[in-house]
Amino acid sequence: MATIDLNQSSIRELNEKLQVGSSGDNFTVNNTVGKHALSVGLTKDINVEINGHVGYYCAGMNQEASIKINGNAGPGLAENMMSGQVRVTGNASQYAGATAHGGLLVIEGDASSRCGISMKGVNIVVGGNIGHMSAFMAQSGTLVVCGDAGDAMGDSIYETKIYVRGKVKSLGTDCEEKEMKKEHKEELATLLEMAQMNYSVDEFRRYGSARKLYNFDIDQVDDY
Amino acid sequence: MSKDNPTLIESATFPRHVIAEIQRAAKTGIYDIRGFGAKREIPTFDDLVFLGASTSRYPLEGYREKCTTEVVLGNRFAKKPIHLKTPITIAGMSFGSLSAQAKESLGRGATIAGTSTTTGDGGMTPEERGHSKTLVYQYLPSRYGMNPDDLRRADAIEIVLGQGAKPGGGGMLLGQKISPRVAQMRNLPEGIDQRSACRHPDWTGPDDLEIKIQELREITNWEKPIYVKVGATRVFYDVTLAVKAGADVVVVDGMQGGTAATQDVFIEHVGIPTLPAVRMAVEALQEMDMHRKVQLIVSGGIRSGADVAKALALGADAVAIGTAALIALGDQSPEFDEDYKAIGSAAGFWDDYQQGNDPAGITTQDPELAKRLDPKLGGRRLANYLNVLTLELQTLARACGKSHVHNLEPEDMVALTMEAAAMAGVPLAGTGWIPGKNGV
Repeated sequence: MATIDLNQSSIRELNEKLQVGSSGDNFTVNNTVGKHALSVGLTKDINVEINGHVGYYCAGMNQEASIKINGNAGPGLAENMMSGQVRVTGNASQYAGATAHGGLLVIEGDASSRCGISMKGVNIVVGGNIGHMSAFMAQSGTLVVCGDAGDAMGDSIYETKIYVRGKVKSLGTDCEEKEMKKEHKEELATLLEMAQMNYSVDEFRRYGSARKLYNFDIDQVDDY
Repeated sequence: MSKDNPTLIESATFPRHVIAEIQRAAKTGIYDIRGFGAKREIPTFDDLVFLGASTSRYPLEGYREKCTTEVVLGNRFAKKPIHLKTPITIAGMSFGSLSAQAKESLGRGATIAGTSTTTGDGGMTPEERGHSKTLVYQYLPSRYGMNPDDLRRADAIEIVLGQGAKPGGGGMLLGQKISPRVAQMRNLPEGIDQRSACRHPDWTGPDDLEIKIQELREITNWEKPIYVKVGATRVFYDVTLAVKAGADVVVVDGMQGGTAATQDVFIEHVGIPTLPAVRMAVEALQEMDMHRKVQLIVSGGIRSGADVAKALALGADAVAIGTAALIALGDQSPEFDEDYKAIGSAAGFWDDYQQGNDPAGITTQDPELAKRLDPKLGGRRLANYLNVLTLELQTLARACGKSHVHNLEPEDMVALTMEAAAMAGVPLAGTGWIPGKNGV
């Protein structure tokens, strides 16, 4: 177990150490005080535990690594993540999981606006609520919300699946509620278990694309 | 007035092409989407001329005295700046808008000529990486195909905030070009009309951009030069903010810059010409004492060595070409005139890149059409063209007595029109007058 104190080490030194870490290595990072771009560009299945709040783009473009943040996360948490797992015990600011292609992002608290924007295959589980315009232009993957969702959820959504346990303030353009079938319940149960969220799948509703905007249609002009 | 009947007078307000567009809009209910760049007449580099050396300055001998063209891009912060043999680079164009063969041709041609080529919306293909010695990887709002492995495979990273054809607008690729391979790379359903986001998903302003640049540098070990590309609008402020955010290189794309597919109203009515954009960018760099420290690449309507020389004389470090490169590959070739006619156009006029039925096989995903372009031949043609541009550039620089093309300066030029004098900040020919300077 290596400990990196950001009072003593620079961000460059931190990321360099993590990026060259070997499979199975464990790291603890202290004194983060909201610093940006921490633990980014990791490529191996190492374990990183970050104690404290982090700034922008923590765990950006993560591949394989498991990163746990004991605190809150700033904007762009795990943006463009490819694989691995990122967990934040507190809340996450805007654009959590933006454009992420794979892996699992767990936010135990609330996520702010645009959570999962343009997501491309990642699975995101939020223990609390999500803000407005979440899953905007979301392409694929799954967003699970154990609390409520804000305005315009899933606006211009493509093939991402969204499960919400609480209330949805409003749906965005081309997003609609869909039938919750057996396979969806199974998928949701798996994700809840992976995220260690103890809820019944029967409490959730499913949302996805109405696919009316996939090709231009003059009769949908008010939606563009 | 009609040639055949002098009593018929065409309206200046409603000429035939305007009438045709109104009729088309009424029939279809959708704005005109097309490719290429702005077609309207605007002030260009043609409105400037060089003052060749004579009594007060002496020229260099062509072919005997050296006029070097090498350029280094990205040596502000990057550990591995880019070294090019010629300051003429290939602009970003996507696989998706272009065929894989066309992307390969661009890589081959740029490599032969000793310059860089650039990916586009949709990610990096193995073909273009394999055939491009120096490849710039675009980081776009859509992030289609964006992954850290390709980021590390790139030689430089270009953060795209906008492009000259559509500053403020996002990418567009219509369903006929979303082939299975394009769909897979972009993680989209096949055959949909893809409209990319117009702004980045995970930041909202220049202060955020500074942190984004930091993140990209951290992911790539501070090796790669980071470019920031803007469409030419409020150039002075945009360049200032890009430099402040930590860019190694700023790319400014004027309104003549091409596109694969955009609304015609966007292409013709948003952004400013390349001519004033260069001057504004250079002024911003000079005011920060960053000219030549942060390199400036200018694009949008570069066609000849004269255009390159004039952009450099105004203070650019390099230029990028897009439309001209496609023409060098074979776009608009009379060889395909019958095919152009069959789709209602003609060689030299065709601009419907979005349709995917390119007779030259360049802006298409149709495998049969794409076969029409031999990547080796296309690469050779592009290399020839780049070499001609470089020779023309050297010819003009030598005539002005310069031993390096970067020694060209605004004082080597005058303008032929008041508009160009004001925009470029050089005197109207035969006068010392620069409109707008000294309060005049």
